[in-house]
Amino acid sequence: MPINISDKTIKREFIDKVAYLSGQDIYKCFQCGTCGGACPMSGEMDVMPRRIVRMTQLGLEEAIAQTKTCWTCASCHSCTVNCPRGIDLARVMEAIRLLTLRKNENMVEPSKLPGETVKEMPQIAMVSCFRKLTS
Amino acid sequence: MSQHDCDCATVQQVATGDRAILPKGAKTIPIYVMGKRYEVPETLTIMKAMEYAGFKFLRGAGCRGGICGACPTVYRKEGDYKLHFGLACQTVVEPNMYLAQIPFYPANRASYDIEAIEPVAESVHALYPELFRCVACNNCTKACPMGVQVLDYISAIKQGDIARAAHLSFDCIQCGLCASRCMGELPQYHIAQLVRRIYGKYIQPKAEHLRKRVQEIESGKYDAMLENLQKMDKAQLEKLYKEREREPDMAPLGTWMPKDTQYL
Amino acid sequence: MKVTYYPGCTLKTKAKNLEDAAVASMAALGVDFQELSRWNCCGAVHSLADDDLIHHVAPVRDLVRAMEQGSDKVVTLCSMCYNSLARANLIMRDDPVKRKTINDFMDEEKDYSGEVEVVHFLNFLRDEVGFDTIRAKVKYPLNGLKAAIYYGCTLARPRNVAIEPPGGTQLMTDFLEAIGATPIHFADAFTCCGSYQILANPENAVNVAAGILDCAAKAGAEALVLSCPLCEFNLAKKQGEMIQSGKISNNLPIFYFTQLLAAALGLGKEACRFDLNEKCSAEILKAKNLAVEAVAGIA
Repeated sequence: MPINISDKTIKREFIDKVAYLSGQDIYKCFQCGTCGGACPMSGEMDVMPRRIVRMTQLGLEEAIAQTKTCWTCASCHSCTVNCPRGIDLARVMEAIRLLTLRKNENMVEPSKLPGETVKEMPQIAMVSCFRKLTS
Repeated sequence: MSQHDCDCATVQQVATGDRAILPKGAKTIPIYVMGKRYEVPETLTIMKAMEYAGFKFLRGAGCRGGICGACPTVYRKEGDYKLHFGLACQTVVEPNMYLAQIPFYPANRASYDIEAIEPVAESVHALYPELFRCVACNNCTKACPMGVQVLDYISAIKQGDIARAAHLSFDCIQCGLCASRCMGELPQYHIAQLVRRIYGKYIQPKAEHLRKRVQEIESGKYDAMLENLQKMDKAQLEKLYKEREREPDMAPLGTWMPKDTQYL
Repeated sequence: MKVTYYPGCTLKTKAKNLEDAAVASMAALGVDFQELSRWNCCGAVHSLADDDLIHHVAPVRDLVRAMEQGSDKVVTLCSMCYNSLARANLIMRDDPVKRKTINDFMDEEKDYSGEVEVVHFLNFLRDEVGFDTIRAKVKYPLNGLKAAIYYGCTLARPRNVAIEPPGGTQLMTDFLEAIGATPIHFADAFTCCGSYQILANPENAVNVAAGILDCAAKAGAEALVLSCPLCEFNLAKKQGEMIQSGKISNNLPIFYFTQLLAAALGLGKEACRFDLNEKCSAEILKAKNLAVEAVAGIA
């Protein structure tokens, strides 16, 4: 897939916000792909974490919003501890999630969950899920 | 004096209803209601002060006795960043307080059949999954005008302890200030009410003497006596009332017994 | 020895077997194991955004409670609680700017700066009870039980709160050996079970969890030992579903490490609570003639 890059496609503000929220220097990434290799959820992701970082470097905000990667992430920190460049990728994923969640959008609707599902789930499943996927 | 004899125009004006009249020599202080300054007597409650200032409560006022939860107020004081909370009918005005009434705050109440509900915490979790969005910020407890430990009862519900939550939330008057301040968007007071209902119906030990008394009533023990009373005229009833047996005011606890014990 | 422990919400309902077994074991080992008298949910996951401090308030409030009641240490049983409390504690201890903001926000509480130590129960067993003491007190060693060691994420990551040096499973290995079981090491010991995705994207989580079970079985495990109620849910409670959909072929019994401790110490049913596990857990113990009293009567 060719990617056109120009002043118009690069969302500088998006890059800055991800950097600010995550506290990470995303330009350190040299695209080795260790993150995806270490990620237990990568088999379930539409786009590998490595590509999300590249897209972030290029400020492709809308393109990232089309992917489910950060919503499939389980915040397990495998990428974080394995990154040879020392990027805390779990924080980058969180930053990308928050840019959506902070617009008062939910990726899981607590009120719509079937009662039976809520009854059987351990409390920590609900607490962690709502913290990571609701606004 | 019948109504026709009353000439309202000539009657000296006194405090009528909830409209307070400034006593002679009373000091006034400035308060700000929704940003507008009013001079009000310093001894009044917020509710009386607002009525003094000309506000009329159509909603947001109920018992005027600090128990119905209809008149929550949010206010700030001069030079203090903190939000303060109170019931308008109970809180006395302070100089330069900035206030607004929160007569209603949207909070969804789940519908359930109390007869069919399983008396476990999971039932509450299923009806109010937003419970798990609590971040323990404690704004609810800080806002409660009744001093209820709201965060603690929410924690107890999450921990599955219905009895503890019911006890901790017992003083709640459903004013909704907790919900107005909640970061997790919980309707705390509705959740607590459900918990108390489950506790009262399924968990709290039943009062044995009450059960017995209901059984007696249903078995017709008092029917004849009540029928007899209904047949009496006013004079007979008055006589009966005057001659009734009455426990002496200072009788030590548990020492007095009526002569007629047939209905005990 | 008197010790304060933080149970966490799930241990009070869905994971009573994790808590009951630990409390009973501590009593048997002569430790006065006291629940923190007032506590709230720890928040389960650590907030990862630099400007998001409000989500650290829940765990910090618990640490303030521990400090208030005079405890300089709080032991956790649940892995997620451990991770959440320990990471918030590091912020309060090491980051003066965030510490001040959080303390200022919690103006109704005492100021906190990391006075309380957060310890996972496995570390507590090794460092304060001692595996040798446990070994000496074992009444019914779990001889021949091949148990896969599963840490998952929150005991091991990130490094600054890992219960032992990265990649190591020495702690659980030594623990299992002390109670007579045979530790099985397998490649997915640190692989995430799918975590909270079980609620948002259940299929994805189940796929990942099935992979872990398969990996453990292939490594020769007859059971799997863990310390997290969410891992237990994904790895144990979802097995029926996995078998039905052909993702795994056989049940793999899952145990909380505290249950195996209680069983080895010779404690009974009420302590071990194998009745709260999936059926296959009691079955494997019966088949191996282990923990006889603790599994008697469990259908």
